[in-house]
Amino acid sequence: MARKLLLEHINVPGINTLDVYREKGGYRAVEKALKTLTPDDVVEEVKKSGLRGRGGAGFPTGMKWSFLAKPEGVPRYLVCNADESEPGTFKDRYLMTHIPHALIEGMIVASFALGAKTSYIYVRGEMMPQIRILEKAIAEAKNAGFLGKNILGSGYDLELYVQPGGGAYICGEETALLESLEGKRGNPRIKPPFPAIAGLYGCPTVVNNVESIAAVVPIINDGGDEYAKLGIGRSTGTKLISASGNLVRPGVYEIELGLSVEEFIYSDEWCGGIANGKRLKATVAGGSSVPILPANLSLKLANGEPRLMSYESLSEGGFATGTMMGSGGFIAFDEDQCIVRNTWNFSRFYHHESCGQCSPCREGTGWMEKVLHRLEYGHGKMSDIDLLVDVAKKIEGNTICPLGDAAAWPVASAIRHFRDEFEWHVKEPIKSLDTNYGLANYAEPIAKAVTTEN
Amino acid sequence: MSDKVKVTIDGITVEVAPGTSILNAARQIGGDIVPPAMCYYSKLEGSGGKCRTCIVKVSKGSEKDPRPMPKLVASCRTTVMDGMEVMNITSPEVIEARSGVVEMLLINHPLDCPVCDQAGECDLQNLGYEHGLQKTRYEFERRTFERIDIGDKIQLHMNRCILCYRCVFTADQITNKRVHGILNRGDHSEISTYIQTAVDNDFSGNMIDVCPVGALTDKTFRFRNRVWFTKPIDAHRDCPTCSGKVTLWYKGEDVLRVTARKDIYGEVEEFICNTCRFDKKKTADWVIEHPTVISDTSVIASNHYDTLKPLPVIQPNLKLQQANKVELEKTTKF
Repeated sequence: MARKLLLEHINVPGINTLDVYREKGGYRAVEKALKTLTPDDVVEEVKKSGLRGRGGAGFPTGMKWSFLAKPEGVPRYLVCNADESEPGTFKDRYLMTHIPHALIEGMIVASFALGAKTSYIYVRGEMMPQIRILEKAIAEAKNAGFLGKNILGSGYDLELYVQPGGGAYICGEETALLESLEGKRGNPRIKPPFPAIAGLYGCPTVVNNVESIAAVVPIINDGGDEYAKLGIGRSTGTKLISASGNLVRPGVYEIELGLSVEEFIYSDEWCGGIANGKRLKATVAGGSSVPILPANLSLKLANGEPRLMSYESLSEGGFATGTMMGSGGFIAFDEDQCIVRNTWNFSRFYHHESCGQCSPCREGTGWMEKVLHRLEYGHGKMSDIDLLVDVAKKIEGNTICPLGDAAAWPVASAIRHFRDEFEWHVKEPIKSLDTNYGLANYAEPIAKAVTTEN
Repeated sequence: MSDKVKVTIDGITVEVAPGTSILNAARQIGGDIVPPAMCYYSKLEGSGGKCRTCIVKVSKGSEKDPRPMPKLVASCRTTVMDGMEVMNITSPEVIEARSGVVEMLLINHPLDCPVCDQAGECDLQNLGYEHGLQKTRYEFERRTFERIDIGDKIQLHMNRCILCYRCVFTADQITNKRVHGILNRGDHSEISTYIQTAVDNDFSGNMIDVCPVGALTDKTFRFRNRVWFTKPIDAHRDCPTCSGKVTLWYKGEDVLRVTARKDIYGEVEEFICNTCRFDKKKTADWVIEHPTVISDTSVIASNHYDTLKPLPVIQPNLKLQQANKVELEKTTKF
């Protein structure tokens, strides 16, 4: 059984209350950090742990913390990004629903490390139940003396607020989140300056994902070195994966990084294989923004070695044969799923969620969506496929925030790996409306490996 | 440390003050290497970075850190570093990306230049000529909006808008109260007022001047004339609210419209008030200075009103000179 850090006590009844959480060793990290460590020690521990941002980009959290500017007389802020709205990702919601104190404990320790006296949890607007859960948990923690003035007699003050967002995907981008938190329209800011220099209200700010902050708790409890022993290479620790799609047992799993993709999909400990005895066609490894991969490349690297669930292994081969860890939204597609339809669906999402600030993303996402819609509904032309590649290329890298890239990558990668399916949609417009292209050759080179493994 | 930093743009080195943006450094050099800018407006704080037409490649970050920047950057919002090397028109990557941006800007633009009042002084039109394709690859219906009147002097054609946010910044920074902004998001975002309140402010007319396209038009000038048939003359008056320095656009002896004076990048020199802009349309209201200097490349200059000499065929021919008398006189009138 794999080691669990975040979800260890997830099935304990009443773990969402302070008492049970305390019984299971909760708030030890706060006591340890505030009583025995200095803020710099905490940052050092997180650096040693090698924890990488769990929100998508995978930037080392300790490094991010050490970049925070510390001018005299200016407040610093910690903001927790709980605006999880990537299609395929639902790990933060699960964590906040079932074990809210893990996040609050992490927030206290992280705020202490950064010297923030006020911290915010920016929760996506649709997650109203989670907002109530968090507010209740904060009230509990405050009553117990873990928040407010002079926490545990250490002289450290912290106020923690929950801020509901308006439910826009773009507000998950850190600078748009800060704009929204300030009460403005959630448009991403132009960087530089980065939030570490001028963030919330122009003050130095760190924005971290829910899972990154919750992961600080085990790091402080057991020490950064202990945490770094888990995982593989530069991908240390454990990661929550939201598995969805045609799996026997979809759900949120905590895996140790370095688990092979094949084991994750087919092992009974994890997803238990593809539902209804069908075969795997494709996977999206890290939420809708990352490139989609056909089954053969999902399970194996281009050189035939097994692909692992880690930042490095998933991105092995660049965009030609690789993908990204992203936020851990693992979506599996079986042989009856239509890649064109799925690409259109993703594209529709990005079209709807583009903030409309910079031109390539505003206009390009709508254009791609319309072309993909045409392809899916049998009005496409052969030239549309190259047009999509070209439009995706013109969006990618030319936008203010990563939403443009996130919109372009799924389209570009789907065409890169599934071009014959797109062509089939053009050649067989009527047939493509009610039948699917099927598995074709997308799983071929490794079909044997799948059977021998299980 | 010296107080100037050296930056090389397309092989031309210039020394600028630290904190200058690449775009402004390029403007100090001038000429063809200046990246086009649709949303950046030097007079408006915080503008820029949105339209992405000014993107350039930074092939060398600085003297200290010579690594190139990984992506193309918006030159209007990237500050220069000492020893930075920038490629604009010498980089095929930039040219391609820019034509991509222009294409994106045009796919939802109605291209109704023949009936648009901005035609002839439209930044998007110029940009389209320089970087656009001959033909559109966009085969879908363009997004459309209803025209709305914001106030009695300004009409908003949202179809033509490229969402540069200039008018929003203008209202924010030079008027006391902004009543319009961006509603919705993505490609259905629109400039609008909240429940169609009128934009009513002494300086609201400047929104028309800063608009790079024909989205905000002067209702007192709408459909009165094509801009290239009118002749710009710099003039001033003693105005209690603004500097009173304007450009009058004449057709014959009538002032058809009044705008602020614009520099070679199409940016106004000084914002003017609505009284000057909308209400003072008689020559008697103004002290005439001289014909406005218009760039040779502008379609407005094609009238050659200040340099027009009789064409070579006309010069030796008295009969032809007689026939063109009215036209020639008109050009020498001012």
